[in-house]
Amino acid sequence: MGAGALAAFLAQRTVKAAFVILGVVVFQFVLIRLAPGDPASVIAGQSGAADPLFMAQLREQFGLDRPLWEQLLIYLRDILTLDLGFSHRQQRTVASLIGERLPATLLLTGAAFAFALIGGVALGVAASRRVGRPADSAITVIALTFYATPIFWVGLLLVLVFSVWLEWLPSFGMFTVGADLTGLAHALDVAKHLILPALTLGLFFLAIYARLARASMLEVADQDFVRTARAKGVPEGRIVRVHVLRNALLPVITFAGIQAGQLVGGSILVETVFAWPGIGRLAFEALLARDYAVLLGVFFCTAVMVVVFNLVTDLLYAVVDPRVEVA
Amino acid sequence: MAEFWRRFRRNLGAVIGLAILALIGLTAILAPVLFPFSPWEMRGIPFMPPGEAGFLLGSDSLGRDVAAGIAHGTYVSLLVGGVSTAAALAIGITLGAVAGYAAGRVDDAIMRFTEFFQTIPSFVLAVVLVAIFTPSISSIVIAIAIVSWPPVTRVVRAEFLSLRSREFVQAAEVLGRSRIAIILTEILPNALSPIIVLSSLMVATAILLESALSFLGLGDPNLMSWGFMIGSGRSVIRLAWWMSVFPGIAIFLTVLALNLVGEGLNDALNPRLARRRGALPA
Repeated sequence: MGAGALAAFLAQRTVKAAFVILGVVVFQFVLIRLAPGDPASVIAGQSGAADPLFMAQLREQFGLDRPLWEQLLIYLRDILTLDLGFSHRQQRTVASLIGERLPATLLLTGAAFAFALIGGVALGVAASRRVGRPADSAITVIALTFYATPIFWVGLLLVLVFSVWLEWLPSFGMFTVGADLTGLAHALDVAKHLILPALTLGLFFLAIYARLARASMLEVADQDFVRTARAKGVPEGRIVRVHVLRNALLPVITFAGIQAGQLVGGSILVETVFAWPGIGRLAFEALLARDYAVLLGVFFCTAVMVVVFNLVTDLLYAVVDPRVEVA
Repeated sequence: MAEFWRRFRRNLGAVIGLAILALIGLTAILAPVLFPFSPWEMRGIPFMPPGEAGFLLGSDSLGRDVAAGIAHGTYVSLLVGGVSTAAALAIGITLGAVAGYAAGRVDDAIMRFTEFFQTIPSFVLAVVLVAIFTPSISSIVIAIAIVSWPPVTRVVRAEFLSLRSREFVQAAEVLGRSRIAIILTEILPNALSPIIVLSSLMVATAILLESALSFLGLGDPNLMSWGFMIGSGRSVIRLAWWMSVFPGIAIFLTVLALNLVGEGLNDALNPRLARRRGALPA
C-alpha cells in the first residue's frame, strides 16, 4: 500500500483509539457515581481521613454541587491533562505513582510478549512441518494445558521449582535489595529477576500463538502461490520463510492485538506473585489499602496501554501484509 | 440425540473431560457429607504435610483442612462459573439478536459498544468493579458477566445476520408474526449450537476469573474458594507448598475438563467446521 493510504489507515485507527479512551473516561465517571456512597467517600472516605471538613473540601473539589454534565466535563478535562487524582493514602498524585511504576510493567509485558511471539511462532512453524508426529501432538497438549492453568498458579509453581527447590533464580522484586549494583551488573541483576515473571506471563500466550501459527502455516502452505514458488524451484527454506511465514504471521498479529488486554491484565497477577514493582503491584497495594483513586488510575493507564498496543499491531499488520486495505 | 452422542463420543478427550466433570460435580454435591464441618474450622496442627495427622492434602497455616477447603470450594467455583455465564449469555444474546435482526444503525451502535468492551482490559475492569462494589458473590458474578458477554454478542449477531434472510424467516414475516416471536421461535433455536459451544468455554473462563479475583483478595469473605486458598498459601510457599499446589490442580482439572467438553460439543454440533478449527476463541 502507498504511503498515503497507510497514513489514512493509521489516522482512522488513531481516531478510533481516541474514542475508546474517551469511552473509558466516561465509563469511570459513571462508575464513581454508581458506587455506594458519594464520590468523595468512594475516593477518599475510606482512606482513613473522613472528617466532615475534608469531605466538604473534596465535594467542592469534585464540583458535586454543579450539574452532572458539567461534572463530567471537569472530570474529562482533568484526566486528559493527566491529572488522575490524588492518593490520600500515599500523599502523592496518582499520576506520579503510576509514572514511577510504569517502566517496570512495560519491561515485563514487553519481555513476555517478545518471548511469546518469537517462541510461539517458532514452535508453530516447527509443528506445522511435523503434522501428526509426536512433536506436533506435544505442542497441542502443551497449549491446552496452559490454556487451563491459572497464570498466578504457574508463577507460584515456577517459584517453587526454580527458587525454592533448585535455588537458581530469585523469586522476589526487580533487583537485589542493598546490592547497589550499577551499569552492566545492575542490568544483569534485573534480567535475572525478570526471567521467572516474564516466563509466567509469556507461557500462556506462547501456547496460543503456537497453535495459531501452526494452523495458519498449514492453511497458507496449501495455497496456489506457494505451489507456484515450489514449481519455480525456490528452495524449501526460502518458501517457508518468505512465502508462508509472512502470510501466516497475520492472524498471529491480529490475535495479539485482540489479546492485548489479557496480557496487561495478566501482568497484575504476575506482578503480585513476584512482587514486581510495576503498576499491577501498585493496583494490588491499592486494593489492600482501598485506595480507589489509584485503582482507577491504573485502570485508565492499562486501557491506554492496550489502545497503544493495538495501534502498534495495526502498524505491524500493515507492514507485514502488502494487501491490507483501509476498512 | 443419538447422532449427537455418537459424534461427541468419537472425541476421546471430550469423553475424558465429561468424566472429570462428573467427578467434580459429585465432589461439589458430596462435600458436606465427606467433610461434615465448615472449611474454615481449625481441625488440628498447622502446616501438616499431606497424609499426616489425618490431613489427606495437608493443613494450612491455621490448621484448617486443605482437602475440605477444596471440596467445599468446588461448589463455589461451579456456582460462579454457571451463574455468571448465564448472565453473560442473557446480555450477549439480547444485544446480538437485536443487532443482527435490526441491522443498520442499531447494529452499528451495538457493535461499537461491544468493541469498546472487548478493547478495555477485562480483568482490570473486573477488579475495579468488584473492589468498588465491595466483594461478595453477587458483585463477583456481575463483574464476570460484564466482562464476558462481548464474544456472545458477536457470535449471535453473525448467526442472526445469516439466518434473517432465510426463507423460513421470511415466511414467518409474511404470516405477520411479531418480531419478538420470530426472534425467539424461528431464529434463536437455529443459532443455538455455537452458543452452546461458546458457553462451555465461558464457564471455564469464568472459573479462572473468579479464582484470579479471590487470589487478589477480592473473593466473597464468607465463602471458601480455590483462588483464596492459593492466595493465602502464597506467602508461605517455602513452608507449605501443598497449600497452593492442590487448589491449583483443582482449578486446572475443572477448566481443562470444560475446555475438552467444549471441543467435543463443537465436533458434535458443527461437524463440518470441527476439523478446521485451529484457533482457540479469545
